[in-house]
Amino acid sequence: MSVGQGDDGHRPGRPWRRGSAHLLLQGLALGAVVLLLVLLGMRLASNGSGRGLDEALAAGRTAAAPDFSLPRLNGEGSLRLRSLRGKILVLNFWASWCTSCKQEARLLETVAKAYRADGVVVVGIDAQDFRSDARRFIDRYGLTYPIVHDSGDSTLSRYDVTGFPETWFVDRAGHVVGEHVKGPLTRAQLTRNVERAIR
Amino acid sequence: MTAVRWAIATAALLGLLLAAPAAASERHPTLGELEHEVMCPTCHQLLELSHAPVADRIRTFINARIAAGDTKSEIKHRLVSEFGEAVLASPPAHGFSLLAWAIPLFGLGGSGVVIGALAWGWTRSGRRSPGHAGASSDRPLDPELARRLDRELARFDR
Repeated sequence: MSVGQGDDGHRPGRPWRRGSAHLLLQGLALGAVVLLLVLLGMRLASNGSGRGLDEALAAGRTAAAPDFSLPRLNGEGSLRLRSLRGKILVLNFWASWCTSCKQEARLLETVAKAYRADGVVVVGIDAQDFRSDARRFIDRYGLTYPIVHDSGDSTLSRYDVTGFPETWFVDRAGHVVGEHVKGPLTRAQLTRNVERAIR
Repeated sequence: MTAVRWAIATAALLGLLLAAPAAASERHPTLGELEHEVMCPTCHQLLELSHAPVADRIRTFINARIAAGDTKSEIKHRLVSEFGEAVLASPPAHGFSLLAWAIPLFGLGGSGVVIGALAWGWTRSGRRSPGHAGASSDRPLDPELARRLDRELARFDR
């Protein structure tokens, strides 16, 4: 055996190279896992979650209503929530195939007209629905308050909407207030929350 | 070399056999096919499994578009414009969802490279130390082990 060779006949530098190759592979695998976790985190952060809103309401804290900009169904262009700052908002999530939504549509229209002078704006957010069906619904029930269409589920997840209809109330400062109503609104629920937001 | 030619010919034949039905399915889709490829947006199940009101409405829409002569891609594109990309059962091959396609491919490619590198390394180490594999059989047995082996074998001779 010549000087400079290991017992197995390999050069002495080889174990070190093999070790560093293993370290490199482990580093790459770890890097890939970290990258995936970061991407997952970014994805979750971009989707957001409305659970914070429900928790804030339950704890009596204030929480800003998540902003959105969505195309209008009964008007031109898009509607940005932030553009309605200074108004009291009734955010009603609905779909044309939802039976309960039909029950509350006329009530919402009546309240939208009755409280318009007090700076109350009802905003309908149609989701998980065909736009053509939603437009037929709007015509059938004669809805004049602004209605937008969410073609993804981003708004639903940010407002923790798990079914239709659901309604949030937003004060003039842009904070969610009152109750998060899951299911069809009653006249009493609607007026109670609107009056609370006006005060 | 002949084996390689056979493999290429078989792959080409398989490609042709699979391409023809795929093209027909794209041009003349059926509701049944699309029910496997579209999700119900409310219950997040395959359309074929869902009885939600919106799922029934999507089936009606698909039937109407098939009757109008739309291709499968056109119907899916229309559904995505109404419900977003979550309506597709397979993730789209762009944006964040591209990872769902890329990771398995990178995984396969990376595994191939690692296995190839390991195999190459083993082959080289085998070449460097010829006779190494047979070394254990050439090595003389320990005298104590040899005696024990003889005793054990003698039991079978009785």
